[in-house]
Amino acid sequence: METQTQTVKKETKVPTEKMTGAEAVIRCLLAEGVDLIYGYPGGAIMPVYDELYKYQDQLHHVLTRHEQGATHAAQGYARTSGRVGVAIATSGPGATNFVTGIADAQIDSTPMVCITGQVGSHLLGSDAFQETDIIGISTPITKWNHQVTKAEDIPTVLAKAFYIARSGRPGPVLIDITKDAQFDELDFVYEKCKGVRSYQAIPDTDPKSLEDAAKLINGAKKPMIIFGQGVILGEAEEELKNFIEKTGIPATWTILGLSALPTSHPLNVGMVGMHGNYGPNKLTNECDVLLAIGMRFDDRVTGKLETYAKQAKVVHFEIDPAEVDKNVKVEVAVMGDVKNTLAKILPLVKSGTYDSWLQEFKDYDAIEYDKVIKKELFPSKEKLSMGEVLRGINLETKGDAVIVSDVGQHQMIACRYAEFTKTKSNVTSGGLGTMGFALPAAIGAKMGAPDREVIAIIGDGGYQMTIQELGTIFQTKVPVKIVVLNNDFLGMVRQWQQLFFDKRYASTELVNPDFIKIAEGYHIKSKRVTERENLQDAIAEMIACEGPYFLEVCVEKENNVFPMIPTGASVSDIRLE
Amino acid sequence: MEKENFTISVYTENNIGLLNRISAIFLKRHINLDSMTASASEIKDVFRFTIVVKVTEEQVKKIIGQIEKQIEVIKAFYHKDEETIYQETALFKVASKLLFEDRQIQNVIKNSNANIVTVTPEFFVLEKTGRRREVEALYRKLEPFGLMQFVRSGRIAVTKDKMHISKILENFGSEAV
Repeated sequence: METQTQTVKKETKVPTEKMTGAEAVIRCLLAEGVDLIYGYPGGAIMPVYDELYKYQDQLHHVLTRHEQGATHAAQGYARTSGRVGVAIATSGPGATNFVTGIADAQIDSTPMVCITGQVGSHLLGSDAFQETDIIGISTPITKWNHQVTKAEDIPTVLAKAFYIARSGRPGPVLIDITKDAQFDELDFVYEKCKGVRSYQAIPDTDPKSLEDAAKLINGAKKPMIIFGQGVILGEAEEELKNFIEKTGIPATWTILGLSALPTSHPLNVGMVGMHGNYGPNKLTNECDVLLAIGMRFDDRVTGKLETYAKQAKVVHFEIDPAEVDKNVKVEVAVMGDVKNTLAKILPLVKSGTYDSWLQEFKDYDAIEYDKVIKKELFPSKEKLSMGEVLRGINLETKGDAVIVSDVGQHQMIACRYAEFTKTKSNVTSGGLGTMGFALPAAIGAKMGAPDREVIAIIGDGGYQMTIQELGTIFQTKVPVKIVVLNNDFLGMVRQWQQLFFDKRYASTELVNPDFIKIAEGYHIKSKRVTERENLQDAIAEMIACEGPYFLEVCVEKENNVFPMIPTGASVSDIRLE
Repeated sequence: MEKENFTISVYTENNIGLLNRISAIFLKRHINLDSMTASASEIKDVFRFTIVVKVTEEQVKKIIGQIEKQIEVIKAFYHKDEETIYQETALFKVASKLLFEDRQIQNVIKNSNANIVTVTPEFFVLEKTGRRREVEALYRKLEPFGLMQFVRSGRIAVTKDKMHISKILENFGSEAV
């Protein structure tokens, strides 16, 4: 083996080129197929920006208005394109402004490579201007990070960064490059990374686990599936659909699994979790076999663990060994990439239908429709509801759009009511719950899927956290559609204050600026809707618009999102009002 | 489930920052480390962390999973005390004049199985290696005489069962990067 590798190496030896570390960074990105990066220049990263100037015809750089925006845009890009998002910034504040986006990418398993400049290596540790220990800061929120102090290390480290970011369970990688390493020369040769000695990207699948899982599935009377983002990240949508259709098992999804299966699929029975659907939550505590596919039993999904699906035998299809038994004890863990394991288990499971079991979901649906959904989608009140805006968008897009949501009530409404026909269509900050995510993420989402309609649904609170990215939209003319559902409140916190803090609305009421004037300042076409009769036309106008468009919808100030599982309550204690 | 002592052995690549990455996992779960020792291992270029924590077995399993998830960690194991052979080393710095002022201290030293590392006119240094309780017993005996300095190392341990690290490395099947 050893000799073979050496021979191959000799044969394929590429002549090296002399260049600076900064140029090598660009050449590495190009070698990884990167044609678009998001970033913000500054002192310690200037050599790389100088090379970006020279390579601008091959590598497009999008200047965001804040480094946090660059990370979220890179995330949005990764989520719709399935490729690695790249963000770049300077040292110190540039690097620390990356932190929220990196943490978000880590918890939502988004492949991203972040490059930060660093002070010269002779200054490291001396509290130099714009020096910050970004390696120390980003350690707990990165899949991997590394500081480069020598130009010659740049190609191998960046190759490793891309490999780690995209392989196995994806995640963010941060590479910090000192200024001298950017200036110094190296003999450049790029070889893609094919493996890291201490890292097994995808665990081996034990054939017995497939047999054990199949046995449980085949013997189940009331089986239920919860699928998560693992299906989308593993591009296993087809395998999931085949599995569901052959077995006839009702399928529910987590917020990040949404759009992996069309919302109209007859076996798609809805969302689990805190603001999920009534049936899926209630029946989690009645199913006999629970199949968790590429999901991680987040606390917003499980509610109180002590009463979560205790009656069920749990089968976990999972790529990350650290997730198995972390929150929920499983009967069988099927390790591996779900694309592979779902395909392998398919011949082992019998075809079936679960009519009376499926009917139980439908019965709960009818109750939920009556008590919650009808009021949300077809409100009798004078004021507009968030749900009817989503219904209006569904009517126009027929479920073909990418919906990017921020965090809060509008996010739950968007995930509950948006219709999806295609995968990679729901982009939202799930695990971290980052307000301010949607506007920059929508920019990246549109650039990652330029042929698709991309609509950002944002609350008036989160919108103002990254509102400066309107500048990026103006400058790049990226045709994203922005819908702000304005209730003049931090709605989700206000809802909790109403329900659990005796309506003490501490610091949740917002005095908002004129959002239309702000959009106009950026020359973005805009409209405000306050009346129901104008809503549908405005949505149609927004969709028809070829450029970016801003739509503000003034909605009922004190609506609540239901159903709801109060924190610490059992999934079966889900409340309808 | 009851809390007990676990010795965690982590085999890693030699990389700056890995110590941070591993300790962050304990920090995140608000777990205090009883001790942590970084050292070479039996394999060239492979490092070994020996960590002692008092947690439940369920907790230690989850911690091991999260440690192993780190890119440069080759493998992590946990063991109960009875599954390992472990030692700690302590150094006691004592004023030399005590040897002449108080004959009792000579008997303590004679019976302690401690080694005298160095002797100067001002002080002498005793080295005691053993289990925690043996070190602590000597501490209790010497403390009344007055200690100039005391220091104890973290636990180092080897396990009774095999670790198979070389085999695991072979199975990764690719070169070190």
